[in-house]
Amino acid sequence: MAITMTSSTLSPTAVERSQGYWTGAARKLLRDPVAVGSGLIVLTLLILAVFGPWLAPADPYASSMLGRLKPIGSPNYVLGSDELGRDMLSRLIVGARLSLFMGLTPVLLAFVIGMSLGLLAGYAGGWINSAIMRTVDVLYAFPSVLLAIALSGALGAGIFNALLSLTIVFTPPIVRVAESVTTQVRGRDFVEAARASGANALTIVRVHVLGNVLGPIFVYATSLIAVSMILASGLSFLGLGVRPPEPEWGLMLNTLRTAIYTQPWVAALPGAMIFITSIAFNLLSDSLRSAMDVKN
Amino acid sequence: MDAYLSRPGSAAPLLEIRGLVKHFPLTAPIGAKRPVVRAVDGIDFRVFAGETLGVVGESGCGKSTTARLLMNLISPTAGEIIFDGFQVGSSQMPMKTFRRQVQMVFQDSYASLNPRLTIEDSVAFGPQVHGTPAREALARAHDLLARVGLEPGRFAGRYPHELSGGQRQRVNIARALALQPRVVILDEAVSALDKSVEAQVLNLLLDLKAEFGLTYIFISHDLHVVRYVSDRVMVMYLGEVVEVGPAEQLFESPRHPYTQALTQSMPSMDPDHRTEHVPLAGDPPNPIDPPTGCRFHPRCPQAAPVCSQKAPSLAGPHPADAVSCLMHAPGSGHPLAAVTANGTRS
Repeated sequence: MAITMTSSTLSPTAVERSQGYWTGAARKLLRDPVAVGSGLIVLTLLILAVFGPWLAPADPYASSMLGRLKPIGSPNYVLGSDELGRDMLSRLIVGARLSLFMGLTPVLLAFVIGMSLGLLAGYAGGWINSAIMRTVDVLYAFPSVLLAIALSGALGAGIFNALLSLTIVFTPPIVRVAESVTTQVRGRDFVEAARASGANALTIVRVHVLGNVLGPIFVYATSLIAVSMILASGLSFLGLGVRPPEPEWGLMLNTLRTAIYTQPWVAALPGAMIFITSIAFNLLSDSLRSAMDVKN
Repeated sequence: MDAYLSRPGSAAPLLEIRGLVKHFPLTAPIGAKRPVVRAVDGIDFRVFAGETLGVVGESGCGKSTTARLLMNLISPTAGEIIFDGFQVGSSQMPMKTFRRQVQMVFQDSYASLNPRLTIEDSVAFGPQVHGTPAREALARAHDLLARVGLEPGRFAGRYPHELSGGQRQRVNIARALALQPRVVILDEAVSALDKSVEAQVLNLLLDLKAEFGLTYIFISHDLHVVRYVSDRVMVMYLGEVVEVGPAEQLFESPRHPYTQALTQSMPSMDPDHRTEHVPLAGDPPNPIDPPTGCRFHPRCPQAAPVCSQKAPSLAGPHPADAVSCLMHAPGSGHPLAAVTANGTRS
């Protein structure tokens, strides 16, 4: 005796929709002044990163022997000039692209790789979990700065190698977070119910696990962006990342360090940009955390 | 009572469980023997089409483990499940087919619904897994929500946290029914609800059972509720079945001392008959190292020396009506047992 459906129609009824989790989190975020402020800074930086070359008032590569190390507010050099007489404002604007790229890419890659590994470890459990987590623990044992420098040094200088080493640095902590939230969600009754309905592991992870673990992992990953910005700049500063004459804030900080006594304010500008960017990402990540922490 | 006996051609049980065992290994130092928790230790029972089998017992007696084993959410250490005459996992009854025939409603109405899905999506998930197109699955979900008393226009698009406990449990029932199962396992499905809501949900369950011709396995610690809904009742103690029989008989004239203690512990509906004395003292023994012989003997008021040496087996006039106690096993050596099979007492 099976259940027979005597519905007059085979189409679903029109339904009142309530606001979903993501919409709710987004609305909460928009009501948070800190989130809006830091969000605007991040947005501005992204605009600079995309449209920088068209927004810059001067050629960021054009050097001038006569216009070296001009102070802030000089004619033609609103924010001064660097040790080769290149316009600082233009270099800072154009430098946003590489700096953000170097800061965001490793976190994005680590987010994708780390979440996949964490989901696999957390959902599969058993020896798969042990294998993944113990491997991750080995990398986790090194301080992140040391690991980044060591990997970059071993792989050799260059943008690609710097990105690769930073990705390797940020993957383990994301795997850990992903594994722990997945393990929690996996034990809940609704996952059992989904298994009882005969769904395969991939479907269960996609429909039932992912939506519940994405929030915490995403929030954690955003908190790494600031660290990644600083580490990427640090690698460039050490000559392990971006090569001159490309404008990148960490590298600019390095080349201007000899000018710290003659033009301290100009020399500090790239550092200020790194500082503002990482603070903005940090504040945004904090706001995201509280907006997404919905107590159902 | 005895609904299964009156059904023509239904002599074969719908679900037959043979020698089901689940041991959970514990961790131990390398080289040492790993101790096991004997959560379910060799149980046999039958479920007949159309009946409600109540399962009772203290916490830790293996009720929920049995439910999870039946659902194959955990794999058994040993034993087999026969559904509709076919062994589950064989080619005639592959796991996926079996899965949709047996569904479960969990105790925690909130934890058993995905907080990120609307309730219509939760209900429609099962049918979609089994290949029903999304639109049709959604229509079926709306149908079922209406049948469990949740008007789809108002409720289908809501999230679990926007519903009350009783409403959520109705959603869970709809979800279990969405796969058109023949057996529904209700694992403490109404225990967490308020008494008034509990009664409504129980009546809904009984209505749905009649309407869809369902078979229920009703697991609960609430003996009044079990008595109200069950045709037959199975009593479990420390991973074993100690008594099984028709509900009225089991509650009116329990045979096993443990069942007697349980029924005596039921608070009476009549205040004049309330008893202050505790029928059963102590906690169940450790399932890692269960007592020898009859597992109940350390707490049994009628225990005899033989009880600690000899393990009784489930026996009775019918596999669906049996008790596992040496007092009821002729020739067992227990002073209260018949000496021989023909019933003379020493």
